[in-house]
This record gives sequence, structure tokens and C-alpha cells, in this order.
Amino acid sequence: MTTEQIIFLIVAGATLAAGLLVVTSRNLIHAALWLVATLFGVAILYTLLNAGFIAVVQVVVYIGAIAILFIFAVMLTRKDMRDSGPQHNKTWWLGALVSLLTFGGLFAVLGQWSGLAKTGAELPAGFDSVAALGEALTSANGYVLPFEVASVLLLAAMVGAVYLAFNKK
Amino acid sequence: MNEWLYVLLFMIVGALIPVGAILGGFLLGPKKPNPLKQSTYECGIEAVGEAWVQFKAQYYIFALVFLVFDVEAVFLFPWAVKLGALGLYAALEGVLFIAILVVGLLYAWRKGMLEWA
Amino acid sequence: MNFWTDPLKVAADWLQGVFTSWGMNEVFAHVLVAFLGVLLLITILMVIDIFLVWIERKVVARFQDRIGPNRLGPFGLIQPFADIIKLIIKEDTTPAGADKVVYNLAPILSMMSVLIIWSVVPIAPVILSVNLNVGVLFLIAAGAIGTLSIIMAGWSSNNKFALIGAFRQVAMMVAFEVPMLAMLLIPTIFAGSMNMNDIIQAQGGLWYFVLSPLGALIFLVAIIAELGRAPFDLSEGESELVAGFNIEYSGMKFGMFYAGELLHAMTFGGIWGILFFGGYRFFGLEQVSPFLAIAIFLFKALLGYWVIMWVKYTMMRIRIDQMLVFNWVFLTPLSFALLMVTALMNALLQGAPVWLYAAGMFLSNVVVAWIALEVARSVSRKERQKVEGVAQVAEAHH
Repeated sequence: MTTEQIIFLIVAGATLAAGLLVVTSRNLIHAALWLVATLFGVAILYTLLNAGFIAVVQVVVYIGAIAILFIFAVMLTRKDMRDSGPQHNKTWWLGALVSLLTFGGLFAVLGQWSGLAKTGAELPAGFDSVAALGEALTSANGYVLPFEVASVLLLAAMVGAVYLAFNKK
Repeated sequence: MNEWLYVLLFMIVGALIPVGAILGGFLLGPKKPNPLKQSTYECGIEAVGEAWVQFKAQYYIFALVFLVFDVEAVFLFPWAVKLGALGLYAALEGVLFIAILVVGLLYAWRKGMLEWA
Repeated sequence: MNFWTDPLKVAADWLQGVFTSWGMNEVFAHVLVAFLGVLLLITILMVIDIFLVWIERKVVARFQDRIGPNRLGPFGLIQPFADIIKLIIKEDTTPAGADKVVYNLAPILSMMSVLIIWSVVPIAPVILSVNLNVGVLFLIAAGAIGTLSIIMAGWSSNNKFALIGAFRQVAMMVAFEVPMLAMLLIPTIFAGSMNMNDIIQAQGGLWYFVLSPLGALIFLVAIIAELGRAPFDLSEGESELVAGFNIEYSGMKFGMFYAGELLHAMTFGGIWGILFFGGYRFFGLEQVSPFLAIAIFLFKALLGYWVIMWVKYTMMRIRIDQMLVFNWVFLTPLSFALLMVTALMNALLQGAPVWLYAAGMFLSNVVVAWIALEVARSVSRKERQKVEGVAQVAEAHH
């Protein structure tokens, strides 16, 4: 077990535990805060993969915008902010069965995968991931069309938000 | 990955300092809990009603608009890094990207979504 | 290399040698040396923070034509220590019905989010904690944690006023992050890198506030709003919401919020200096010795802090709806327009000599600022005529 694998196992375990607490917390705001912990764990996993830019983007966009949006949404829709809903509904046994089957399937498939024994590839020295990303996003042979389409997608999201959230007035 | 270890060290030490200060306050301060001391503050009168307020929907809308612009800015950072080395073409692509989203902001403004409050 | 040209590496190597000679594992010694270095930097920052309280009180006193603390020690220098002792011996209360864990976690997260910014700040050409290649975006990430700590503080206090104050503060911080992000892109375009040290090194010929004065100005406005200081301090408007999300905090927890805010202000003053005023550079003086570079940087950070204080103690508070409309309707379109113009000018003047580039950039900034002011003036003229028209009609009816 290399140190990298040990660190990965610890961080992944913590992220999974936080994820479990998100869905089992009684208090909704606590669930939102455990979600923040989960997202932060994912950001740490990105740094383990040498993707520093994506890790910082994860914190900026997910924790700085989306988690705040979740907390605002919880506060907007709950009459009493200490409200805690029931944790089960009638078909909980079906959900448990499906998740067990999924887990079994994934286990069987990944058990035969050879990639689990590999370690991360070393990046070439002086590799600047942000510059490479910039070149890829703007070169005509690269991803310039998805780049522009992404802005149209964001425009659609904003127009949709205006329509949905504002129509109540 | 080595450099991020130092960031983690900064977070640990940065969390230890306030923990130490607050613990110092906890240890050195008197401990005489009293229901009056622990009642919530409401300009000197008794607190009225539960501690919830009708949350204005406008806050949510502002957070939504911020989310869209946050994602946009994140896309722009790699573009900005490489702008000096690439030419006018790359600059125009980025300008188009920004322009589409400024149109979105103008639309939200005209619909009155950005008024308070 | 000797101690005077590269103090950090020499000290780190010496300590590493000492630890390994005691029989410690190599890796463990390295981590311990790094830990001690970080502890030293943060301790120095906390000591500076203590004196920031003194600076703040003396400066506000002078702005208000009085003397400020002058009883404890020469020029009142012992005053902040007395404040700390007072805060630390206060009782540690928790309001009834508050969520204990979140309530206690909020000030810790708030202070931590300020201290981790210093991990990417280069204070001398050879002294810098972490050479992250995404240094500029790291600032926003630290701000995100700070925003989260404010919501946690406001919600867990079980107090209506704290909740309203926290909502307003977060809505404002989140809104002003957009022009801040746009203005962070401008030094990135000029330097071609998000690394803080690269941005400073690239300001060899000209400091960036010459190339983009409007950018420096908008960035200043955005960081003053991010800090929650006047004229944008509505959430802790002392006459309106008492102390905003801070209401139920006392003793050292409040001390962490307050000292954190002052340290945050100085940190952002330093960031403003790094991004637009050359950081630790001063026409070659920083090559003489790293300690001189640290002194230059500290001087610029305190100068930025002084400008922030100057704005605070001169201007009136703005209402929350005016603040948010100002951001979304004026500042955001203006900052994106400036970004587009800067990108286009950068591409057009690509191979030009330095003076032409600088003149072109400066003029384009001036043109954008002038257009923005004209638009704002015409809009406000129309608004004023609407209001005055109504007033005149009312008068005519008397």
C-alpha cells in the first residue's frame, strides 16, 4: 500500500461517510452542511489526481455557489428551519433491493478490472494544466464549439430561472 | 500533489489557532449559566415568536444569477491564461462567450428580476 | 546561498539536518519543518492582527478629529492587548436553542478562511508558501468558505436579526464576487498566468494599475463589498441590525470574527497591491534582500488597508437594495465590458512596443469609464426629472 493509496482510502471513506450523513440527517440544514463536507472531499480527491485547477473550481462553484443555493432553497421552502421530515416512505424495501443489486453488479464488474492495481501516471515536468486547458478551449481543432455552446447553455439556464422563479409574482 | 500538502497544513494550523483562542476563552471565563443570559437578543425585549422569518424569494434569484456568472467566470480563466499567446481569434471567441451571457443579464434585468428587495 | 539572500531555504535545510540527526524519519522531519514554518507565518500574522486593531482605532479617531486610545502604554499601544485579555476572560455563553456544533464551528471557519489566503501570497521573491499555479482562483475559494461560515453563524444563533443579517451579508458578498472575478481575469490576461508570483514578476516594466486603472478601481469596490465594510456594511449596520450575524457572539468567538475581518481587510489590501501595484517589487529594490522585499510588501498591504479604512470612514452606508441594484445593473455589465475591451486591445496591440501598449490600454480604460459615467449620469438625470417632475406638479397644485 503506497501512501497515495492510503490517503485516497481515508479521503474516499470520509467523503462516503459524509454522503451517508447527508441522506440520513434529520435536520435539513445539517444535511446541507454534510453535503458541503462531501463536496470538499471530492475536491481533495481532485488534488490527489494532480488536477489542482478542477479542485479549486469545485470549491468555488460547488461550495461557493451551489451549496449556498441549496441552503437558500431549504430556508425558502421550509416553514420552520428546524423542520425535519420523515426518513422513510412505504417502498423503502424496493430502494434497498435495487441499491444492493447495483452494488453487487459494480463489485462483480470492477473485481475483474486491472486498473485498480495501477498508480497514477506522472505528469511531464513543467506541464501547466491550466494553459493546456486554455489552448484546448480556444483552438479550432479543440473544444471551441463546446465552449461557445456552453455559454448558450448557461444563457438557457438563466432564462429558465427567470421564467420559473419569477413567475410567482 | 506535494504543494497541496502545504495548503492542508495551512488549513490545519489556521483552524488550530481559533480553536486554541476559543478554548482559552472557555477555560478562563466564568461559567455561570443563567436562563436570562442565554435568552436570545431582541433589542432588550422578550423574543416574540419562533426564530424564522419569511425568507424573501429574491435572495434565491440573486444566488441563481450568481451561479450562472460563477460558472462563466470559471470557464474564462483558462481562456485568460492563454490569451497572450493566442491571437485575435481566441480573443473574439471569448468576447462572444461573454457577450452571450451579458445578453442573458440584460434579459433578466428587463424582466425586472434584478430589483429588490 | 546564505541566510540573507534565501532565509527560508537555509533555515529549512538547517532544521531538517537537526531533526534527522536526532534520528527522525526523513519525510516526517520534512513535514515537521513545514509545520513549523506555517506556524511561524500564522503567529506573525496574528501579532500583526493585534496591532491592526490599534491602527484601526487610531485612524478612525484621526478621521473623526480626536485622538483615540492613548492611556495604556505609549500612544495606546497596549490597548489591543487589554482588549484581548477582556475578550478572553468573558463567559462563553451559547444562546438557548442554538445549534451548538454549528454555532461554535462558524468563527473557526471564518478565521481559517482568512488565514489560508496567506498560503498563496508571495511576500518576497524567494519567500512564498505554496507556488500554486491556480493562486488567483484560490482567493475566491477561500472567500467561499468565509461565506459559508456567515450563513452558519446566522442560522445557528436562533435569532431573527442574526438570520436577516446573515442573508443580507451573503447576498451582498455573493453578488459582488462577480465583478471581482471579472477583475481578477485582467491581471491574468496581462501576465498570462494565474500564479501570484508570476503576476508580480510580470509587472517588471509597468505596474498593472497603469495598464488598467478602471480595473484596479472596480476591484477595490468589489473587495470592500466582500469584506462587508462600509459603505457596504449594511448587515452589521450598528443602528439597524445591531451586529448582523454577530449578535449572539461574545467573548473570544466574537474576537475571532472581528479580528478576522480586520486581517481579511489587510490581506485584501495586500492582494490589491500584488495584482495591480507590483506586490513586493519596487524598481529593483526587492533584489537587494528578501527582508527588504517583505518590508515593501507589508508597506503596500498597509497602504491598501489604509485606503479601505479611508473609504469606510468617509462614506455613508448604502441601503441593501441600492447596493444590489448597483452591482447587478451597473458594476457587472461594466466589469464585463472592461474585460472584453481589455481582451480585444490585448490581442490587437500584441506585438506593439511597451509604450504603445500601455497608452492603448490606459486610453481604452478611460474611454470605458467615461462611457459608463455618461450612461449613469443620463439615467440618474431621467430619474431625477421624474421625481422632480412629480414634486413640481405637486407644488403647482398648491
